[in-house]
Amino acid sequence: MNAQPVPTLELRGISKSFGSVQALDKVDFEVRDGEVMALVGDNGAGKSTLIKCVAGINSIDEGQILFDGKPVTIHGPKDAAKLGIEVVYQDLALADNLDVVQNMYLGREERDLLFRLKEAPMEQRTSETLSSLAVTTINSVRQPVATLSGGQRQSVAVARAVMWNNRVVFLDEPTAALGVAQTQQVLALVKRLAEQGLAVVIVSHNLVDIFEVADRITVLRLGHNVGVYEKANTTQQEIVQAITAGRAKPAEAGAAS
Amino acid sequence: MSTAAPAEVEAAAGGESLGELVRGRWDALKGGDVGNLPVVIGLIGITLFFTSKTDVFFSAVNFTNLIGQMAGVTVIAVGVVFVLLIGEIDLSIGYVSGVAGVVVAELQVPDSGHQYPGLIAIAAAIGVGAAIGLLQGSFVALIGVPSFVVTLAGLLAWQGVIIHALGTEGVIGIQDAYINNVANYVLSENQGWAIAIVFTVGYAAATIGTYVNRRRAGLRTGNVILAVARVLFFGGLVFAAVAVCNHSRGVPLVGLIMLAVVVVAAYVAARTPFGRHVYAVGGNAEAARRAGINVKLIKIIVFMISGAMAGLGGVIFASRLNSVDLTAGGGTILLDAISAAVIGGVSLFGGRGRVSGALFGGLIIAIVANGIDLVGYTDSVKLITTGLILLAAVTLDTVVRRRQAAVGR
Repeated sequence: MNAQPVPTLELRGISKSFGSVQALDKVDFEVRDGEVMALVGDNGAGKSTLIKCVAGINSIDEGQILFDGKPVTIHGPKDAAKLGIEVVYQDLALADNLDVVQNMYLGREERDLLFRLKEAPMEQRTSETLSSLAVTTINSVRQPVATLSGGQRQSVAVARAVMWNNRVVFLDEPTAALGVAQTQQVLALVKRLAEQGLAVVIVSHNLVDIFEVADRITVLRLGHNVGVYEKANTTQQEIVQAITAGRAKPAEAGAAS
Repeated sequence: MSTAAPAEVEAAAGGESLGELVRGRWDALKGGDVGNLPVVIGLIGITLFFTSKTDVFFSAVNFTNLIGQMAGVTVIAVGVVFVLLIGEIDLSIGYVSGVAGVVVAELQVPDSGHQYPGLIAIAAAIGVGAAIGLLQGSFVALIGVPSFVVTLAGLLAWQGVIIHALGTEGVIGIQDAYINNVANYVLSENQGWAIAIVFTVGYAAATIGTYVNRRRAGLRTGNVILAVARVLFFGGLVFAAVAVCNHSRGVPLVGLIMLAVVVVAAYVAARTPFGRHVYAVGGNAEAARRAGINVKLIKIIVFMISGAMAGLGGVIFASRLNSVDLTAGGGTILLDAISAAVIGGVSLFGGRGRVSGALFGGLIIAIVANGIDLVGYTDSVKLITTGLILLAAVTLDTVVRRRQAAVGR
């Protein structure tokens, strides 16, 4: 698993407070190419804050962000995008009234000298990207996203993250609103992202889902690191305990630092 | 059809059969995408009704008059379409058009010390409209004041500006030939035919271009027969309109201006990244923001478009009357323009509708007003009828929206 010497994205001692509330306190986190890292914790553990810091929505008070081992600063969403970090938010990513192609290229449309949209190449590449991820349930890439099911919408949002040659993809609760079959569809997609060499971070409350796709699991509790667990060497029970009681397995605790 | 993967679709690249096409349209219809169908049915119904009531209605002269009657409101409605597409409203457009009328009239007053050539006065009037849009749009986009309130304040304030500017005389006559020609000049027969040819050839070229591009990219091309039929239909429509106008006085210049505005605006909305972003902001502003679109800038530009279109509309109204007076920008202009956009199928909830809707909606509003005048009904009938049509259009929009939501989940 850790064949790659340097993590793709590494956070060292990140702290962030909102007024008197310490949302993150010296948190470490890392994810490598080709792995699925799960980020878990109860409400208020600091998962969302961590994502927002990486996405450039929140600034960090303290700590260091390293990308490919080099220190970087992320001041806004544009900086994160430039590094190749994409965050897929639950239900906030797509415009319902636009079709699949229009959503995939939203904000990054291709145009010619007359400011005319190059529809044909955009449609072609959308179809290619979707089939490369084996997203086969979408009838037509020209149908409005409003007509898609929840799983299909999530697939489109994820596929958009892939199409732009991103290195690190954060998926915030990707299966929260989905049924059983659609959840399977999205989880399969998450695995394929890692197989394609991306560093994938999945945030979820659903441990069953996490144990299905994740290689490693980072547990946060009340803004602190509890530990990083290899999926192969842990159990759901142990993770639940780590989330609720904050008891870390001694050997693994603080392994990331 | 229901399980076709994108890969299979690509493999089946080429024409779409007519059967598939009809099925696709029917599915879209059931899904709530009614397109221009209600408007076309409404137009035919209204036309048949008035034709049965009076002989004058369905005549070449009246058709030519109709173009002059619909142009001002239709141009303003084009601006309204953009505002509605981002899910906002602009209630100031009526009196902004009045302010623009005052500007164009004032800048041509001989020996006033600020007399400019007609074309410059027209440009200044449109520019003032855009500047008002910039001001109002900034309040909406940067500070976050609801557009309803900002433009309601505009509605009051700009009316005050008009009354103040016209002073005690209350009227400014327009002598400048360029300004008066905007609404009153009539093109020669051959110029009319030239427009019809340019429009049809341009439309055909655009259709062929799309076909070739998709073919080359290995994508489905749609039905060839239908594409040809569409070009022949709309081309034929323009040729017929020119023929009817030529049978009377000829094509009014203002008709050409209106057509040009609609074509350019439709191009911007449907074919450019800016237009795409307008739809995205109306559909889901948060998604647009996260995709890196400058939502605030888009909103401000849209309000500037709305102001500029109101400005051009104001020039057309002033030109038509050869003067501006204290009624400039008042009356039913505001509600007619918004109604035209909504009747034309543009959703009040944002993100849905086409620029061409302004043309169809403007036509319906003008036909109702024109027909009711010709038949000799009173203004009360006109107001009630327009109100009912508007209610029907908004009801349809609401039902369509519910329908789409139901299909989605």
